[in-house]
Amino acid sequence: MFGLAALVVVLIALSWWMGQQAYHWLPVQASTAAPLVDGLFSFETAIGTFVFGGVVSVMAWVLLMHRAEKYDETDAEPIEGNTKLEVIWTAIPFVLVMAIAVYAIRVNTSLGVLGPMEHIHQDNPVEGVVGYPGDRLPAEQVEVIARQWSWEFRYPDANVSSTELHLAVDQPVTFRLVSEDVLHGFFIPAFRLKQDVVPGRAINFNLTPTREGRYRLRDSQFSGTWFAANQADVVVESGDAHTAWLKQSAALPLQSGISDAVDEYAARAKKANPGWATVPPAPPPQVNVPGSNNLPHDA
Amino acid sequence: MTLATFPASEPKPSWSRYFSFNTDAKVIGIQYIVLAFFFFLIGGLLAMIIRGELITPQADLVDRTVYNGIYTMHGTIMLFLFVFPVLNGLNNLLIPTMIGAPDMAFPRLNAVAFWLVPIFGTLLIASFFVPGGPAYSGWWSYPPVSIQNPLGHLVNGQGMWLTAVALSGVSSIMGAVNFVTTIIRMRAPGMTWFRMPVFCWTALAAQSLQLIGLPALTGGAIMLLFDLVAGTTFYDPAGGGDPVLYQHFFWFYSHPAVYVIILPVFGIFSELFPVYARKPLFGYVYVSLASFIIVGLGLIVWVHHFFTSGVPQWMRNLFMVNTMLISVPTGVKVFAWLGTLWRGKIRLTTPVLFCLGGLFNFVFAGITGVMLATVPVDIHVSNTYFVVGHFHYVIYGAAVMVIFAAIYHWFPKFIGRMPYEGLGKVHFLLTFIGANLNFLPMHPLGLMGMPRRVSSYDPEFAFWNVLASLGAFLLGVSIIPFLLNMISSWVRGPKAPHNPWNAIGLEWLLPSPPAEDNFGEHVPVVISRPYGYGLGKPLVEHQDAIEQALTAADLQEASR
Repeated sequence: MFGLAALVVVLIALSWWMGQQAYHWLPVQASTAAPLVDGLFSFETAIGTFVFGGVVSVMAWVLLMHRAEKYDETDAEPIEGNTKLEVIWTAIPFVLVMAIAVYAIRVNTSLGVLGPMEHIHQDNPVEGVVGYPGDRLPAEQVEVIARQWSWEFRYPDANVSSTELHLAVDQPVTFRLVSEDVLHGFFIPAFRLKQDVVPGRAINFNLTPTREGRYRLRDSQFSGTWFAANQADVVVESGDAHTAWLKQSAALPLQSGISDAVDEYAARAKKANPGWATVPPAPPPQVNVPGSNNLPHDA
Repeated sequence: MTLATFPASEPKPSWSRYFSFNTDAKVIGIQYIVLAFFFFLIGGLLAMIIRGELITPQADLVDRTVYNGIYTMHGTIMLFLFVFPVLNGLNNLLIPTMIGAPDMAFPRLNAVAFWLVPIFGTLLIASFFVPGGPAYSGWWSYPPVSIQNPLGHLVNGQGMWLTAVALSGVSSIMGAVNFVTTIIRMRAPGMTWFRMPVFCWTALAAQSLQLIGLPALTGGAIMLLFDLVAGTTFYDPAGGGDPVLYQHFFWFYSHPAVYVIILPVFGIFSELFPVYARKPLFGYVYVSLASFIIVGLGLIVWVHHFFTSGVPQWMRNLFMVNTMLISVPTGVKVFAWLGTLWRGKIRLTTPVLFCLGGLFNFVFAGITGVMLATVPVDIHVSNTYFVVGHFHYVIYGAAVMVIFAAIYHWFPKFIGRMPYEGLGKVHFLLTFIGANLNFLPMHPLGLMGMPRRVSSYDPEFAFWNVLASLGAFLLGVSIIPFLLNMISSWVRGPKAPHNPWNAIGLEWLLPSPPAEDNFGEHVPVVISRPYGYGLGKPLVEHQDAIEQALTAADLQEASR
């Protein structure tokens, strides 16, 4: 019994420590959603460590202690079951997963209040690509257009377009996500948020950045040949800097934005044996600010 | 009561039966398994190319189009041409012999189901050689990207892929009809439901899932094929279709498909741990019934595969709770296996090593599975390498390792020769280390935000990717001792006695290998539960006499 108690104490300590470590496996927290998601992940890591550690301890114990002696061909003492134990090991996992589920539903609700998960799937599945319903949206609005293979960001209030996403820190923003061709995924790991961009729908998606820096936006739903190269930089800057950026950018002439796919497609055409068939990339979007997608980023 | 005699003088059947339309389930079983491993080698070769590409951040080994085709075909081949056929092979070998049936209920249908596999396999492999290359949109083949058809040809890789998947569905439905009917109708006298081996329980559960789920996938795939070649717009928003509809069809089957794979694996755990721990299975009735609880819950979790596609909050919460509940009956099974091992007399043979390694990996995968079930965490890690890591821990770390255990365990029974222990242990060690080195690094990669299916990535992901690639190459090497073992022991391994592991079960009351009609007219009458290790109760009537006849036949065979 003492040994079992010692094992449980060690496992609890280990689980708590792993729960703390879990925060370091994730990118920097750069949105209001990130601490909520990370807290849940840490909790799950701790519980998971406890369960995994328990099972592995039993396996290690039987491997060391309950091996057949050499040349012992006899059977072990037959134990066919134990109803009490079976009830216990049904009840404990049930309670554990329900605890996790309740925690997760509460996080879901909080995230819902923050606004990142709601969109118009239920009431109005198809919204025109033009005709922007700005008046019902609470915040700065950014229109995100996903293509094979580029990201374009439009700021209708400021009359600015860019292939680098600029956001003001601590200010809520509403994205209007549209795709011109296939499914794409709007995924900014530092924000812990992801939303598929579904052609034929406009999806409203809210978030609030909380940390200045340069982050990556990655396409997360397979979109064809240059899927991997369909990334953009996200710059979170102070409110003043953001206002200044919008103002400067509006004065810039339109030029070709970033599309790695277009560059690679041109290089590929010169090869003798270019590979298998591909859809040609859409032409690079014409934007005020191409920005950059190869500067060092925080996450 | 007359007992079967075992004439050792029966003429040896010709090896050419393995290349013919044969209706003997044991021949079909071996056909399935050998063909599956042929495709396993092709799928594995593709995995080596994938990991070769991903060992550096740039897309530099193959063109991006080639990479996309290769990762698509890797997943497709491994699932539809390796895992499902190899499990159907085990079903064919084990179900009739475990329940004392002479063959499957519909032997000709059984053979047709098998011969569809090389047909759609050839179709799939042939798609590498059509203009434009094979399908490239992943094994999910989500539209609209899967219906873009860049060259515009009527015959194209994606179309061949969809035809192959639909044929695979037809083949699996034929198989499922057969397995379910055989288990329900053809059990030995006295073998009530609660005297049936757990492998048969899990096979029945898994094949019921096939019958319920497969029509959705097969229908969905045919609709997608129409969108691709006939201009319909079921899934194309340009014509009023909905791409998310396909995701429902696809995952309504393809999530249960994971249980079709893992349930028989649970069955193998439940068969093997008692043999090698010399103890009865702990809580046999509960373990048997838990399979059907998993079936029920497994059918109502499919939306967790696309929480990010835009599903309403209530649906997210509902499917999250359903998914988490599955861990309860699954946990019951894991604890029952631990209870079986507890105070056993464990013999560390190759099969039990593979089972222990598989259990270790499976529990790890279960924990990442619960993480994936919770919506907020899933939103962050879905479609990242975290999912790839989780999935490969389930399929390779658990399922494939336990399939290896089954092969080492039942090889003597159906081939009639003993595999080599030393090579088996080397195979285990390389597989266990290789799998963990390959798949563990995928979890930090996913948490950091590396999407799956990428042919290039940002440099901060390089470290873990190098480790994963080294693990993959080790896994590539690990198959060599397995192949050596199988081929050499099949050709000239020591002759196997009828029951080399001293196991309890009807299949061990047959000679190795069994006659074509198994027990023929002389099916033993089952009088006890399976796994009666240490209880001293015979499994069947006249057990001693049957054993004596078998031992005499073993000796006669050995002296030849």
